[in-house]
Amino acid sequence: MPAHTSKDLTGWGRYPVHRCHVARPEAQASVTRLLQQGDQATYIPRGLGRSYGDAALNEDGGIIDKTRLDRLLAFDAEEGLLRVEAGVPFSDLLAVCLPRGWFPAVTPGTQHVTVGGALAANVHGKNHHTDGAIADHVEQITLATPARGVVTCSPTEDPELFWATLGGMGLTGAILTATLRLRPVTSAYIHMDRRQTRDLDGTLDTLATTDASTYSVAWIDALAPGSSRGRGIVVSGDHATGEQALEVTKAPLDPPSRASRRLPMTPASWVLSRQTARVFNAIYHQAHGPRQGELVDLDRFFYPLDALDGWNRVYGDRGFLQHQAVLPKTTGREAVQAQLEHVAESSIGAYLAVLKRMGPADPGPLSFPMAGYTLALDLPREPGSETVARDLAELTADQGGRVYLAKDAVLDHELLEAMYPETDRFRQVKDRVDPDQRLASSLSDRVGLTGEAGR
Amino acid sequence: MTRTLVLGATSTIARSIVRLLGARGHDLTLAARDPEESEAVASDATIRYGVEAATVPFDALEEDHVATLKAAVEEHPIDGAIACFGLLGDQERARHEAALARGIIHVNHTGLVSALTPIADHLADRGQGSIAVLSSMAGERGRASNYPYGAAKAGVTTFLAGLRQRLHGQGVQVTTIIPGFVDTRMTYGQDGMFLVASPEDVARATLRAIDKGKDVAYVPWFWRPVSWLLRAVPEGVFKRLDL
Repeated sequence: MPAHTSKDLTGWGRYPVHRCHVARPEAQASVTRLLQQGDQATYIPRGLGRSYGDAALNEDGGIIDKTRLDRLLAFDAEEGLLRVEAGVPFSDLLAVCLPRGWFPAVTPGTQHVTVGGALAANVHGKNHHTDGAIADHVEQITLATPARGVVTCSPTEDPELFWATLGGMGLTGAILTATLRLRPVTSAYIHMDRRQTRDLDGTLDTLATTDASTYSVAWIDALAPGSSRGRGIVVSGDHATGEQALEVTKAPLDPPSRASRRLPMTPASWVLSRQTARVFNAIYHQAHGPRQGELVDLDRFFYPLDALDGWNRVYGDRGFLQHQAVLPKTTGREAVQAQLEHVAESSIGAYLAVLKRMGPADPGPLSFPMAGYTLALDLPREPGSETVARDLAELTADQGGRVYLAKDAVLDHELLEAMYPETDRFRQVKDRVDPDQRLASSLSDRVGLTGEAGR
Repeated sequence: MTRTLVLGATSTIARSIVRLLGARGHDLTLAARDPEESEAVASDATIRYGVEAATVPFDALEEDHVATLKAAVEEHPIDGAIACFGLLGDQERARHEAALARGIIHVNHTGLVSALTPIADHLADRGQGSIAVLSSMAGERGRASNYPYGAAKAGVTTFLAGLRQRLHGQGVQVTTIIPGFVDTRMTYGQDGMFLVASPEDVARATLRAIDKGKDVAYVPWFWRPVSWLLRAVPEGVFKRLDL
């Protein structure tokens, strides 16, 4: 039985901090053993800890650190099917697949997440409106469960368990392996268009024109005053062909490597204040003028923040919250407007506000995406920030939208039930494979998916 | 094509070594107890680096491993062997349970001696190659806190020195790697560790030591002076210490 180490852990927002008892197995069989016989009352699997709140924490409970289960098991380079252990980071996937002309069909905004974590959160990228979320590109998974040992599931084999697990935040079991369907590419470049907009309407209108592109995203200025609020930069792009990439490189599948810099220290909290953020946003907006058909490498297009290792420390020791909500298409424009207004009226500086379109929801009961707009913003943890985050969550619920559990740190039981109407169905599936609730996290206890409220 | 045999291929340090060897384009023979885990290490190396990786069952406690290893190197001749298998066990319990103490000696010492016998002959016959073995700081001097394990490793270190002398004239290099604390599943959760090295660091240092033809390499380097100090203390003084 693997040993445990007690340590203080956080998510990417560096808040909350919970004392957890971590086991770090190196064999798949040990994972199952931990779930069935481990010392701790409950466990939650953890990858690289890139969820923002407490989804991969278990206060005074067990954590299964999956990062050493990081082996590639099978690769069909003809069909683009890759079978991996859940601890494989996207960075490894890219290093192996790209030279052979394959790329993940869906990638989150950082390479430093594990496949298991990506599936548990059912991550989406800049192409949800065209390609859906990562769950739509998974052939099958094997899952270690407390009651049934290792089970295989897919959209055709026990689809109920499959869809409860993808987006299920680790609460149905520990994903051991996954088979991913990749997308063929002939270069490591994207040809990108970029447009500036002057206000929210301009941003939303411009986003609507990017339908023909595979990828699109808008960065918006949530702090610009009055009518300029929501002005931004709309970026769209498609994979460049090998031939197109020859314009900038002799080796199309070989991206220029970019050494990442590390933030040398945690800055004092005054460095990022609402005022400096305002100025920063304005400069950023100005600096990113329009572009058409510019060839950018995959790193810059998909993983801009990875260039600054540990960027989350820029918010200081108090950490930050992230609010990410999806607002339904029917009221999208007004809903986004209302959310931005609420942020502007508070005294909290919101940086890095990102807006993307989303396509229809998938069958997962805890899966986040739905057709509409998703808005994400960071809220540095100053006094009052939690209230703002909670207010935004309530506003989201009122607007018929929902909050992304992989980012959340403020929802309660009531809000969860309001946003995710199928939690009873989720609990039923969980009960099938985990009747004794061996799987629980700080998040699941907080929102009542487990613990007393969850029974 | 260079081929390296890794004994204990599923151990934490071995997995880093296998990746480094794969990155260098070495074909691999991976010897380990658990076939599923072995296969996963093998496929990982093959997919990442395009090298050929064969798996061979290997249990340090079973005598039949001699024949299996002999057959394996006959089928796929090797240019080098790296041994990274071991059992720490509960050192406190081993003080009182003879069976556990015996098991620790058997896996770490007897098993190593036994496995290297056909390998040393194979490389000597070829007149070239290298053998590297992970020994341990625990073997530098017997200490109350881990003497069953330490004794086994001390025996390994001495065995390797003798083997080094024997094979010197025959073109085969023998490298003894002496790590201190390493962050592996062997030590995870233990108290009282300090200056803990990562498995990747130990793997890199091991390959560097082999590249440079070193006889004995302390990993990281600072354990060499620590070992010297440890061994310099007179026994009359040493026995009174709480180590």
